Amino acid sequence: MGYTVFYLSAIVIVPLSTLVFGAFRMDPQAFISTVTSPRVLASYRLSLSTALVAAIFNAVAGFLTAWTLVRYRFPGRKVLDALVDLPFALPTAVAGICFATLYSPVGWIGQILAKADIQLINAPSGIVVALIFIGFPFVVRTVQPVLSELEPEMEESAQSLGANRWQTFRKILLPHLFPALLTGVTLAFARAIGEYGSVIFIAGNLPFKTEIAPLMIMTKLDQFDYDGASAVAFVLLLISFTMLLVLNGIQRWQQKAYQ
Amino acid sequence: MSIEIKNITKRFPGYTALDDISLSVGTGELIALLGPSGCGKTTLLRIIAGLETADAGSIILEEKDTTNLPAREKNVGFVFQHYALFRRLTVFDNVAFGLNVQPSSVRPSKSEIRDRVEHLLKLVQMDWAIKRYPSQLSGGQRQRVALARALAVNPKVLLLDEPFSALDAKVRQELRRWLRKLHDDIHVTSIFVTHDQEEALELADRIVVINKGKIEQQGSPQEVYDHPANAFVYNFLGNVNVFHGRVHDGKVLVGDHLIEGKHELDLNEAKNGQAFIRPHEIGISRIRSGENDLVGIIRDIRLMGGQIGLEVETSGFDKLIEAEIPRETWQNLQLVKGDEVFITLDRVRVFSGEYDI
Repeated sequence: MGYTVFYLSAIVIVPLSTLVFGAFRMDPQAFISTVTSPRVLASYRLSLSTALVAAIFNAVAGFLTAWTLVRYRFPGRKVLDALVDLPFALPTAVAGICFATLYSPVGWIGQILAKADIQLINAPSGIVVALIFIGFPFVVRTVQPVLSELEPEMEESAQSLGANRWQTFRKILLPHLFPALLTGVTLAFARAIGEYGSVIFIAGNLPFKTEIAPLMIMTKLDQFDYDGASAVAFVLLLISFTMLLVLNGIQRWQQKAYQ
Repeated sequence: MSIEIKNITKRFPGYTALDDISLSVGTGELIALLGPSGCGKTTLLRIIAGLETADAGSIILEEKDTTNLPAREKNVGFVFQHYALFRRLTVFDNVAFGLNVQPSSVRPSKSEIRDRVEHLLKLVQMDWAIKRYPSQLSGGQRQRVALARALAVNPKVLLLDEPFSALDAKVRQELRRWLRKLHDDIHVTSIFVTHDQEEALELADRIVVINKGKIEQQGSPQEVYDHPANAFVYNFLGNVNVFHGRVHDGKVLVGDHLIEGKHELDLNEAKNGQAFIRPHEIGISRIRSGENDLVGIIRDIRLMGGQIGLEVETSGFDKLIEAEIPRETWQNLQLVKGDEVFITLDRVRVFSGEYDI
């Protein structure tokens, strides 16, 4: 208990509280005008919307991947399983450079996409691609253990009671996996809002268009506007915190309902 | 015939789970598939339910070939060893599940479903728990709910896969009797799988003993117990002493002792065989009751509730003889370790060949 409190304070609470104090030191007027300036607002909007799209995509893709990894035996399964964690381990800047190279109009995939008149680089869609990449393991790793714990007998009994595959999935599997899925998606979403390294290389960082919120903080710091940077950061912190609270609430509600 | 199982064969990589099994089950019968774990009995049950496919053979349910039907079209009720209740659904929704997933053209109305679920839960004495979740119930209660759930869709046949083996001894016995009574009331054709011979003997109308993917014997509990077809069945149906013996002129030679009595020999000529004696069929006495009695020394005494277990050493026998006598007899004889006693072997059974337990 003592250790937990100590580490939690040293690692999480103290750094975050400086941010909060920084933000409160500001003149409220200045704070408001900073965080509501059109450019900052646009960056929030961009960060939230791209993160949301990426999280929804990951909900489906991550679920399918977890399903495949748990339910099927095929050569290379273990390798694939290990690869899922790659986005966790890979320095985000490395990922960013890879994306930039891959999707640039002369890159492998960029060439093909260019023919179809799709441009990922310097566009919100490119940001979404990067965010999908970094959020992917969250969903897989939260759904996977719950799925592998699920006894096959439950599905079998649903079948022998006359349920078809869709009914079995809809009425039996999904309710079981939903809390885990929601947790994974929320984590992926929260992470994506703050993602910086892998995005800036591909985004092009055009103000009002492809400038994400974390980059706003960097920009303000570059201009020695520390207060402004803290203000933007404070709002991001609030968003993350709200997400976690919502997540906790959902989990609690889920647990209560079935106990 | 309600179920006709014809020449079912199932192979898994490395072994044959079911080897050309044929079996008929009459309408309303309660059948036990009895055998050691890994003998293929559960696989057979799962094939009947459509949860597994057979490599060869066919399953005919009420005159209809259902061999290749998927589980959901078989209309059988399946009760799993570990209940497999839907944890996220209430007891009511669990039991109603099979009705709720029916296509709307045949699905009963909401109030009919409610009536049916309430009726079934009353039948299994779980109506008080209608709003609970499975996690709030004990093992025995969950299994009752699972049974009600399986019965909800009016199955042609009810299949139970070791339904009581996850429960503790007391509850197991209670549920066993209760299931027997329930079956007498509703008469649904049922097959249950068990490795517990007591359960099979107590519960079933007919016992089918399976070993290594083959049927060793089938018959009423009485038949199977009193006239086991072979060494495996004899051994599997209860505690047993095994001695290497020889058959000689219609008598059994165990060690140096020629044992006479009401033998039921399945051998005529001198051959190696094994002699089986049930512990409770051995007579123990302070005084010689016949000239064929053996003399032995008590090496150990175990209290087993109503019965007393004795281990008796006899010269010429390759191991200790285990005997069971009623507690009363034991008290009257005032037996202690080291006492010399006379042993009467009345019902020795000899089977040919060497059979390993």
